[in-house]
Amino acid sequence: MRFQLTEDQRALRAGTRELLARRFGPEALRAAVEEPRLDRGLWRELGAAGFFALRLPEADGGVGLGLPEAVLVFEEAGRALLPGPLVATHLAAGQVQGADTGETVVAAVDGSLVEWLAEADTVRGDATGAEPLHSVDPLTPLHAVRPSPAAPEAPAAALLAAPEDPAAAPLTAPEDPVAALLTAAEQLGTAGRVGELAVRHARAREQFGQPIGAFQAVKHLCADMLARTEIARVAVYAAAVTGDPLDIAGARLLADEAAVRGARDCLQVHGGMGFTWECDVHLHLKRAWVRAQRGVPATVRARELADALLADSVVQGSGLR
Amino acid sequence: MDLSYTPEEEEFRARLRAWLAKALPDLPPKPPATDWPARRAYDLGWQGRLHDAGYADVHWDASPTVRLIFLEETERAGAPYVGANFVGLLHAGPTIAAEGTAAQRARWLPPILRGEEVWCQGFSEPGAGSDLAALRTRARRDGDDYVVSGAKIWTSHAEVADWCELLVRTDPEAPRHRGISWLAMPMDALGVTVRPLRTLAGSTEFAEVFLDEVRVPVANRVGAEHDGWRVTMVTLSFERGTAFVGEVVACLRVLGELAREARANGRWDDPALRRRLGLLHAEFRALWRLTQWNVSEAQAGGGVPGVGGSVFKLRYSHARQELYDTAADVLGAASLDLGRGWTADRLSSLSYTIAAGTSQIQRNIVAERILGLPKGR
Repeated sequence: MRFQLTEDQRALRAGTRELLARRFGPEALRAAVEEPRLDRGLWRELGAAGFFALRLPEADGGVGLGLPEAVLVFEEAGRALLPGPLVATHLAAGQVQGADTGETVVAAVDGSLVEWLAEADTVRGDATGAEPLHSVDPLTPLHAVRPSPAAPEAPAAALLAAPEDPAAAPLTAPEDPVAALLTAAEQLGTAGRVGELAVRHARAREQFGQPIGAFQAVKHLCADMLARTEIARVAVYAAAVTGDPLDIAGARLLADEAAVRGARDCLQVHGGMGFTWECDVHLHLKRAWVRAQRGVPATVRARELADALLADSVVQGSGLR
Repeated sequence: MDLSYTPEEEEFRARLRAWLAKALPDLPPKPPATDWPARRAYDLGWQGRLHDAGYADVHWDASPTVRLIFLEETERAGAPYVGANFVGLLHAGPTIAAEGTAAQRARWLPPILRGEEVWCQGFSEPGAGSDLAALRTRARRDGDDYVVSGAKIWTSHAEVADWCELLVRTDPEAPRHRGISWLAMPMDALGVTVRPLRTLAGSTEFAEVFLDEVRVPVANRVGAEHDGWRVTMVTLSFERGTAFVGEVVACLRVLGELAREARANGRWDDPALRRRLGLLHAEFRALWRLTQWNVSEAQAGGGVPGVGGSVFKLRYSHARQELYDTAADVLGAASLDLGRGWTADRLSSLSYTIAAGTSQIQRNIVAERILGLPKGR
């Protein structure tokens, strides 16, 4: 057991962070907020760096890496608030022409929402009659679609029905678990980033003659942010190693919580500045809200995890390795 | 990132499993919680059997991963806990092994491993809890002895211990971290008085220990005089990483039992309760992963886990309380019945956010040592 990043994984993380800092730094971020267009040049550069083809076999022109590496890269994308239908395009690599190289931008219908529909070259799922929403996140254009009568009915019904024997037939969510995991990785990136922003502000901002970070009430907010991030981190990384849908469901719950709660606490630590448009904190919070809506609702994930408790392996203590 | 075990580790697991399957059925019945001498004999007896089977020193010599497997498998098999051997195996023993002289190691370590002597811990004082360095128990040098006076509290197994790892102030003039020494005090020495302390659970897990002019040979000091704080930090860091392996395994099992109980008594139909159980499942799975992460970190660096230890403590102590609060929701009115195991466990879970560093102190540690926030004035 070596449940730590390998040297190669550290290098991949550092390389991705460096690329994103260079191509999507603070100024690019603010420019994108004022004019939310997809930067095709950046998209192709991501493609060239292997962002989309990361998990395709080398024989098919991919990088030949796995979910653990994908999770590290998406964590960095989350940290940087990188805009665009990243998960949809990554999942389309090898299936939609040009997705792997970043030539084709792929959006996907997710429940009743589509992110980046107008900018995409291809849409997966039925987006007929999609109407633009006034998106809460200035960096994620959203369209609303009516759920098509054919597709999502069956899985939704299966979810609502009480399982006869959940131990024998564990519920699987009507979503791609990899999409849920990559979203969790992005949320993890946000959780880590807002924690850093909060700490940086708490060290610099002085009131009553000392940095506000010297006050225990502020300290404890920051400590809890770190704890939520680190518990989510191991859950996301482990889920990437096992690929187990239950691990993914749990990781997603913890990562959503770490991102949304963390961004809220970060805003609180920033005080009045946190309530301004100029401060980046609201961008992290709004993106975390958008991502939290992807896939099945949190209540469904929690129920899936509850139902799994009835399996024999849990009471026998052999459920986890 | 790799969650698989090496063939050697899997072989250790298989061998241990096979031995546990043979050894556990022959175990004598568990003594009542109130019978301290019987509990001592039971716990020492188990350690003796581990020793004879070659598992006595797994806490000391094995790699962190093998230690994790040992704790995981013994918990799954329902083997006894370390119990009265806890301080000897996990605090005093490792300290003596790291800091003691050859003579000290030869005198104290074998009886711990063989399950012949019980140690207790004399660290906390009525005036020194979270702020351990405020301890005031005084040791005055008199020839070849220290003469020790003061009071210790929260001392587990004091009634049946042979030895006490004792922190004393040897230099009251020095800065407070620099005037402390670590002594091995025989519990039958003249002037030692043990008074059991009844907890809110009704049990007497802890005791107060009063020291009135107790003579402890200078030869019983481990480490240099006044260097006891550093010596103690060696002890305290030893438990990080694997300290809660068995408990996390147990909590996951309890969650499974709660789900079954809820299904049997009809409360399973309450969506709010099921949601809580699901969230707890996610939390305890993640705590298991955090354990694996911390153990891997310790294994790779050979040192003490960094961020992981305090984060684990914070999340786990809260999760454990939430687990037994949820158990009370599953039980309903039966949660008021102390005859139900979960009710007693709910009471004991209340200590988790207090013992070994309160959650508030843990947050200060995380904020100051990991995040680098300034110390408050």
